[in-house]
Amino acid sequence: MPHVLTRSLDRSATIFLAVVATIGFLIPLSNLLLPAGSMFQVPTYLVALFGKYVCYAILALSIDLIWGYCGILSLGHGAFFALGGYAMGMYLMRQIGSRGVYGNPVLPDFMVFLNYPELPWYWYGFDMFWFAAVMVLLVPGLLAFCFGWLAFRSRVTGVYLSIITQAMTYALLLAFFRNDFGFGGNNGLTDFKDILGFNVQADGTRAALFLLSCLALIIAFLICRAVVTSKLGKVLIAVRDAESRTRFLGYRVESYKLFVFTLSACMAGVAGALYVPQVGIINPGEFAPGNSIEAVIWVAVGGRGTLIGAALGAVVVNYAKTVFTSGPLAPYWLFMLGALFILVTLLLPKGIMGTFNAWWEPWKAQRISVNAESTALEDGVNVSKPKPAE
Amino acid sequence: MNAMETRTTSALLYLDGVHVSFDGFHAINNLSLTLEPGEMRAIIGPNGAGKTTMMDIITGKTKPDEGEVLFDGVTDLTRLDETRIAELGIGRKFQKPTVFESQTIQDNLLLALNVDHSVRGTLFWRETRDESERIERVLETIRLKDARHKLAGSLSHGQKQWLEIGMLLAQDPKLLLVDEPVAGMTDVETQQTAELLKEINKDKTIMVVEHDMTFVRELGVKVTCLHEGTVLAEGTIDQVSSNERVIEVYLGR
Ligand SMILES: Nc1ncnc2c1ncn2[C@@H]1O[C@H](COP(=O)(O)OP(=O)(O)O)[C@@H](O)[C@H]1O
Ligand SMILES: [Mg+2]
Repeated sequence: MPHVLTRSLDRSATIFLAVVATIGFLIPLSNLLLPAGSMFQVPTYLVALFGKYVCYAILALSIDLIWGYCGILSLGHGAFFALGGYAMGMYLMRQIGSRGVYGNPVLPDFMVFLNYPELPWYWYGFDMFWFAAVMVLLVPGLLAFCFGWLAFRSRVTGVYLSIITQAMTYALLLAFFRNDFGFGGNNGLTDFKDILGFNVQADGTRAALFLLSCLALIIAFLICRAVVTSKLGKVLIAVRDAESRTRFLGYRVESYKLFVFTLSACMAGVAGALYVPQVGIINPGEFAPGNSIEAVIWVAVGGRGTLIGAALGAVVVNYAKTVFTSGPLAPYWLFMLGALFILVTLLLPKGIMGTFNAWWEPWKAQRISVNAESTALEDGVNVSKPKPAE
Repeated sequence: MNAMETRTTSALLYLDGVHVSFDGFHAINNLSLTLEPGEMRAIIGPNGAGKTTMMDIITGKTKPDEGEVLFDGVTDLTRLDETRIAELGIGRKFQKPTVFESQTIQDNLLLALNVDHSVRGTLFWRETRDESERIERVLETIRLKDARHKLAGSLSHGQKQWLEIGMLLAQDPKLLLVDEPVAGMTDVETQQTAELLKEINKDKTIMVVEHDMTFVRELGVKVTCLHEGTVLAEGTIDQVSSNERVIEVYLGR
């Protein structure tokens, strides 16, 4: 669909993509090619850290798509992220093979430890990468579809929807904590060895994972842009602003919600899948309700309904988190985050990007109209009113 | 039973014995009313008479406890939801003008067009010449052509009313339900709205709720006065406004 592409790439979207692509190449290159200790060499631990931020940015995009454009405030998106992460983690566990502590060729260590007689059926297939990759999309997608089908059809909206999404992630948290659930309980999945035959710890693999995360961010961003710049995007905004009005125009609102909610969950799943090999572990803590709320705060800080802002917010807030939690202020991070959220809500209700746009757009529009006027004068035609910038 | 047998009326809209109560409060009481195809009907009545609730029932927002609501003689509207009813060709303008404030006037009309409303259809939508011409015509009719790129939220109350009427035109329904269209309008705008509705009525059936008696008189159509959820009087404006009961409960004096 070339028209979809041209429509979705406005100036700021192009700049954003160029920046992500540049970072995606420069950081791995600097890490691999420059000598260790050189001023411009990005150490491997930072590559992994930045890779984590990029995954969070994808999660933030997925939240912005439904919250910023369709008004669905999910406080359970961390669950889709974690499910994608577990699907990838299961693949990585199976790759360990007989190199585990107990040396069992099929069963992961925790299963041997817990006296599993054989591999549970739902672990079948995860020794194949393609299967795990499909599950990364399918499991979060299917859960979101079923959840959304029930919730949207019964017209659960607003704060009630937010509460049941919290309940969903909390229920999963409890389930994954159980040893007999078959996903490693409390400890989760860890001690990964390799991915597609490459050592997960190796610099080269880390660099490649970082590049892939940036690529995934680019693709996720393009998909979001294609959706929000289509007529469907206008319908989503209509649903956000006046849901029942949209129904009276003959739109089946629940289908629209179900579509974006499921799409968004799949994106969150991919983010989680890329996250796990870079941090080296997935455990039930990822389902913690607080995680989902934090992700919503990134979007609010960056600017709801701007996409770029969501990605930016994820990076900025997480960078701040890294800085604070590694210093003496560590115990106060949650207070800082809360304060940040309150400050942004009060002072920058449109977030970083929304505020920037509000300041930039009139200026740009003015410049365009000046240009239009001068060209119009040259052509000797009447100047029509400037079209406000999109 | 097949459709031929159930067709009991030639009316486009047929309400019979409709009851609705909200927590024991009877908002609509044994309401019966018919609208012939091509007719324009004005509905008057004091606040709380149930005029808006009646529109809620017709458009599927509120389900009646009892009674029949038929569209086109055969379709039982009480079994359908808002989306389905809109697809059948019933459009509605709300009492409080409801437009998509954060979108442009042009996009508001685009959203209202009665084209493919499926998720797929809107995802892969491309503007067609026919669609842009229709939007152009509506913009002209509602006199908002120069403001097309403005956000709907920036319009005055009266302009929003017109935009919402424009959305009805874009929706191109068979039956238009118009709730208090001239609230907040100047006398001139009120006059223009009456003319616009008369123009629309040339090929559409309209039910219009309005308090403004000059406006209703200007329309010059059959009037129904509702009171406490039931029909109090029906007839020409002169008949209705000279009715004792109507004077007592509505017109005052
Ligand atoms: N959803 C509702 N719940 C409870 N009461 C309602 C509801 N909708 C309308 N009513 C009541 O029904 C009565 C009729 O209201 P309405 O149809 O809005 O009157 P009108 O449009 O004629 O002024 C009012 O007393 C109103 O308070
Ligand atoms: Mg009313």
